[in-house]
Amino acid sequence: MVQLMSSTPALVVDNLRKTYGNGVQALKGISLTVQPGDFFALLGPNGAGKSTLIGILSSLVNSTSGDAQIFGMSVNKQRNEAMKLIGLVPQELNFNQFERPFDICVNEAGFYGIPRKIAAERAEKYLKELRLWDKAKDQARMLSGGMKRRLMIARAMMNEPRLLILDEPTAGVDIEIRRSMWQFISGINAAGTTVILTTHYLEEAEQLCRNIAIIDHGTIVENTTMKQLLSKLDVETFVFDVNHAPNPLPSLPGITFRRVDEHTLEAEMPRTQALNVLFETFSAHGITVTSMRNKTNRLEELFVRLVENGRQVPGKEKVA
Amino acid sequence: MSYMSGNLVALQTIVRREIVRILRIWTQTLIPPAITMTLYFVIFGKLIGSRIGTIQGGFSYMQYIVPGLVMMSIITNSYGNISSSFFGAKFQRSVEEMLVSPMSNWVILLGYVTGAVARGLVVGLLVLLIALGFTSLHVAHPLITLLSVLFGATIFSLAGFVNAIYAKKFDDIALVPTFVLTPLTYLGGVFYSVTMLGEPWQAISRINPILYMVNAFRFGVLGISDVQIGVAFAVMMAFVIGLSWLALNLLKRGVGLRS
Repeated sequence: MVQLMSSTPALVVDNLRKTYGNGVQALKGISLTVQPGDFFALLGPNGAGKSTLIGILSSLVNSTSGDAQIFGMSVNKQRNEAMKLIGLVPQELNFNQFERPFDICVNEAGFYGIPRKIAAERAEKYLKELRLWDKAKDQARMLSGGMKRRLMIARAMMNEPRLLILDEPTAGVDIEIRRSMWQFISGINAAGTTVILTTHYLEEAEQLCRNIAIIDHGTIVENTTMKQLLSKLDVETFVFDVNHAPNPLPSLPGITFRRVDEHTLEAEMPRTQALNVLFETFSAHGITVTSMRNKTNRLEELFVRLVENGRQVPGKEKVA
Repeated sequence: MSYMSGNLVALQTIVRREIVRILRIWTQTLIPPAITMTLYFVIFGKLIGSRIGTIQGGFSYMQYIVPGLVMMSIITNSYGNISSSFFGAKFQRSVEEMLVSPMSNWVILLGYVTGAVARGLVVGLLVLLIALGFTSLHVAHPLITLLSVLFGATIFSLAGFVNAIYAKKFDDIALVPTFVLTPLTYLGGVFYSVTMLGEPWQAISRINPILYMVNAFRFGVLGISDVQIGVAFAVMMAFVIGLSWLALNLLKRGVGLRS
């Protein structure tokens, strides 16, 4: 499915606010733009407002004020036109468990006004691509957790949306299936579909997404490219498995060593610092390194810092 | 794809899905009302009715209660179908499939009402066929019979839809049939003519909408009625318009469906 790129943004969120009946302010005037063809990460801790934002975009939640436009179509004023352009994979399973995956997909297409013959062809195509075709005639409740997640993606593709919104699509899915889902989603993004992804697996966002917004307490605390965001992190922590961790620890200017246990060392160092000096020091101390790895995912480290900074000084954030 | 053709495909999809559901669980949707009504015919029509003799217009008690019992089956099944199906969709959150789609609210309402009316009509037909095993009937006014059945089924489908929208748990959809629908049905002239009641009960009975549906249908089948047929249809039309407006308004505001 190749789609023509247009200059109209895929999504424009304009000063969107949502206050629930119980007084909770889920969104406090969010503004955001997603360009067509983008693979966009929307991250934030639980309760940050991500699902409320997605709910408003998909018209399941009524905004208190502000508006959003999907490819120029106002969600408030041109709801039906806007909804034709969206595919939604929600966080919670929301299909009839007693229906068959094939029927779930065909019915979904029917709700979008797609004739049954075309719907059946698309259902077969997407169920096959998501490796669910052999389960197409089983009751949906008999599917495994990973299959149910893939079914929701197949269902969301039935109207071949220009904007696909995935709200934690890989939650609780094993790594093999997660990778096959990434492959599928990357493929449809490469074919022109704009993708917005929320996830708690930050390596997923780091690998897949080109741009990112981090939302916390109903406000956007960061909105930039993934590359720029990652470049803000100027320190990195490595973990070394060693033959023995000496006591006292070696000393190097600008590098902080920490002894985790008898065979594990950690070194926090500037990202610009060459690793050679580290290995020279280890050799000088008779330390043999058997393996090394990054302590945390870089995005995860940034995410935690941004969210924590935002909580300490409301409205101000700073990255190490 | 035009607005209308898209909505028509969506409408067909909902109706097809509802019919498939009714047929898939036919032991819950079609058989129980048939058994219940057979028992009514045996006990009230055959055993007790034979001692009552004729009741109104020279009809036997069995013949007299057939239209009322058919209408009662139609009403309860239309109501039960839509309230359980739509609330079930809410409960499983599969209703979101429709809410995030571009289809109009009237399509959702019409699709579910059509499904519920279809179940009401199928059950009504089954009950009528069973009744013919106990007595003979001659339909006096076929058009009025058909219209009264359609109005009755539509009114209670709409009422069931409103109930499902407000319901937060399964108990809430059982509440109305138990405490409202059943008493109104039993007091709506299914088993007796309201002219047999003294005042003020006769006047009170006339504020019961089911009275007009039962009597319109009875007029269609037997040619006798406790109420003027024009008034009966005016009352039913008013209920259809009022409940449709209410249901569409609730859908538009997203009551019980959107946050």
